[in-house]
Amino acid sequence: MLSRVANTLYWMVRNVERADNLARLIDVNQQLLLDFESLDSERLRAFWRPIILSTGDEETFDKLYEKAGSAEVIRFLTDDRRNPNSIVSCIALARENARTIRDQLADELWEEINALHLYLQSDEASFVAQNDPTKFYALIRRAALAFHGIAASTTARNEAWEFMDLGRYLERADKTTRFLDIANYLPAGVDAGETGSPGVLHWSAILRSCGAMGAFRAEYQGDLTPENVVKFLIFSHDFPRSVRFCLNRIDQSLHRISNTPRGTFSCEAEREAGRLFSHLSFASAGEVFDMGLHEYLDSLQERFNAIGGEIFETYVLMPERVQSRPSDSFTPTSTALAWQMEQQQQQ
Amino acid sequence: MFEGYAPEKFYDEMFSATGTVRDHCGPLYERFNGLSERDFLSRKATCELYFLRQGITFNVYHDNRGTERIFPFDPVPRVIPADEWEHLEAGLTQRLLALNLFLHDIYHDQNILRDGVIPRHYIENAKHYRPEFRGVNVPGDIYIHICGSDLIRGGDGVYYVLEDNGRCPSGASYLLENRNALKRAFPGLFDSLGVRSVSSYPRDLLDMLHHIAPRRTDDPVCVLLTPGCHNSAYFEHCYLAREMGIEIVEGRDLVVIDNVVYMRTTHGLVRVDTIYRRIDDDFLDPTVFRKDSVLGVPGLMNAYRAGNVSLANAIGTGVADDKVIYYFVPKIIEYYLGQEPILPNVPTYLASEEEDLKYILDHLPELVVKAANESGGYGMLMGPQATKEEIAAFRERIIADPRNYIAQPVVSLSRSPTWCEGAMEGRHLDLRPYIIYGRDIKIVPGGLTRVALTKGSLVVNSSQGGGSKDTWVLRH
Repeated sequence: MLSRVANTLYWMVRNVERADNLARLIDVNQQLLLDFESLDSERLRAFWRPIILSTGDEETFDKLYEKAGSAEVIRFLTDDRRNPNSIVSCIALARENARTIRDQLADELWEEINALHLYLQSDEASFVAQNDPTKFYALIRRAALAFHGIAASTTARNEAWEFMDLGRYLERADKTTRFLDIANYLPAGVDAGETGSPGVLHWSAILRSCGAMGAFRAEYQGDLTPENVVKFLIFSHDFPRSVRFCLNRIDQSLHRISNTPRGTFSCEAEREAGRLFSHLSFASAGEVFDMGLHEYLDSLQERFNAIGGEIFETYVLMPERVQSRPSDSFTPTSTALAWQMEQQQQQ
Repeated sequence: MFEGYAPEKFYDEMFSATGTVRDHCGPLYERFNGLSERDFLSRKATCELYFLRQGITFNVYHDNRGTERIFPFDPVPRVIPADEWEHLEAGLTQRLLALNLFLHDIYHDQNILRDGVIPRHYIENAKHYRPEFRGVNVPGDIYIHICGSDLIRGGDGVYYVLEDNGRCPSGASYLLENRNALKRAFPGLFDSLGVRSVSSYPRDLLDMLHHIAPRRTDDPVCVLLTPGCHNSAYFEHCYLAREMGIEIVEGRDLVVIDNVVYMRTTHGLVRVDTIYRRIDDDFLDPTVFRKDSVLGVPGLMNAYRAGNVSLANAIGTGVADDKVIYYFVPKIIEYYLGQEPILPNVPTYLASEEEDLKYILDHLPELVVKAANESGGYGMLMGPQATKEEIAAFRERIIADPRNYIAQPVVSLSRSPTWCEGAMEGRHLDLRPYIIYGRDIKIVPGGLTRVALTKGSLVVNSSQGGGSKDTWVLRH
């Protein structure tokens, strides 16, 4: 498969996954606020600011808005085209990705993402987003699920699929850590009166963002402690949004692409993924809290970035092969530069 | 549906001058005339929805919401009877054979110049002539592999060739998708009316790409080279690559090592045999042509010269698109084939010939003046519709650079019933058939019919607000 196509498939799925996660995040936070009565605007802001911090877009946000109230944050994350990471922007990017490699996609898959994009451009979508946000976010989540479902039932299980999986699970792992990180930013327990730590409602909101409430209850009988949430969302073997689960899939896909057995490596991406996966297989919630939840999540995010970067280096950029281009005014760096610029735009 | 429709003083594709339906359009007329307006509109909407869902759209630039519009489509097809099509096929085949012999000649011995049939300076001053490729041999001596000649039908009912597009003619995907859309809107219509299928086009195209591959292998690697997804024809590039089952590549996907072209895949480099390039010569290789092109592949021309990769179309075919060379095509046919041209040219005056120039300058308000190397409806003067200032401006341009201009009388293009906001009205149209030259010459039965949607307009280019119609070639 063409390197460029692999890269585009990866980003297409990654962008859809990102939009899905944003929809979950906003909706759950809105629901959470409904649980608290009589929040003044000052305290409301204290709930929305962490959302921006968790997605890592605070710089863009502060440039565009004066304060972080519900309306501003929701607009910023939902349909603000000036934010490259808003839901609408992510879907537009995913659709643009799909368009450039339409020849590789099943018609149904293209039609799904194209239809979603066209809908989001419509006045009706803005109306629903304004007046019935719950319906709007449900629609985004359903569309993302439909997209993944169509992909799963129309894509041959070949390299194309593995690159799509890489995009899906890297984005998902990253978002799970970011959802968890919200706990670090939230104001001290409004509900439980515990000082200095988020309360049960916070943790359950985080679980719900990850669609994990039901599975968590089944596993821990509703024993909602920070340890259990961390255990579940980071280390679970079988919950499809846990970091460990995602890393397992990433490691697996990388080895399927290169045809090397797991436990060995043929490129830096595999080495990074394998190391992180084995770490997650043997670490404990205790270690996480010893290090500090925020610091731990931060270090995970850095390692995800490293894996993403190495995948790009190995399969897309291939610097060692690029160097054998003819040596004249057009140096290899121009091609490399074009790739990198595109990569940065997507990130 | 056709109540009150009048052919007026024009040649109409469906109705004779006296207003009766032409024989070959009879069944179509019956079927459409039997529709209620409501039914017709709902079928029209089916077509439009199909285009929208398939993403067969144009980007409307300068609109930050990324608004897209579909290529306007008129559901009333244009019908060509079998005998008329045979005539067109014979004429187009003759023309493409002659043009290829001409290109081979001017890139090798230049007999036609030596024999004085075409003055040498016309070739040497042609913008798209590539003297650096003289002596380079191409597989099968074929230069134009895909030709999209534009045909028009005048008031006399005669088909004329308006121009030959021998570089990267586009639009074949619209021809195929127009058929798909109409099939959705009018299922069952096609077989009963004896319409010939157009679906062989991608297969014919791929056969040709295989045929010209330099390596004699059973499974040559063919790719389609696109400028990228911001190009307005990107939809078509994708569509054709997918229909053929070949990779669509950008310049950055290709690399030249030791004069061999490879594409960069996740499993290393794969050798490429044939490139169906949808990029003009100028942008193909920054080491040879435009240095600022980031679309091309450094070193590609050396690989091409070395015979390690084939290009469709070959380098330097643009010289045959030059409107001054167009003037000479009937002579080219006579010179190489010893035959009379089957399809005539539109009468043409060359501004660089003293007598013609005088005529042109004296008759500007009646003529269409065209720049020799422009396309897409740019660089044109429509004399009868132009203002005094526009005419004066063109006069100066022509005098300053006569080599770059030709003039033609205004041909009153034929019309066909077209749905225009509430009624059938006559609109002018042309026809672009697609001719493929590989093992032999194949012409897909049909072509892209472009229609000027603005009342009275003779300009059908999509960049100038034109639309299109499905083109039916009948079996009998």
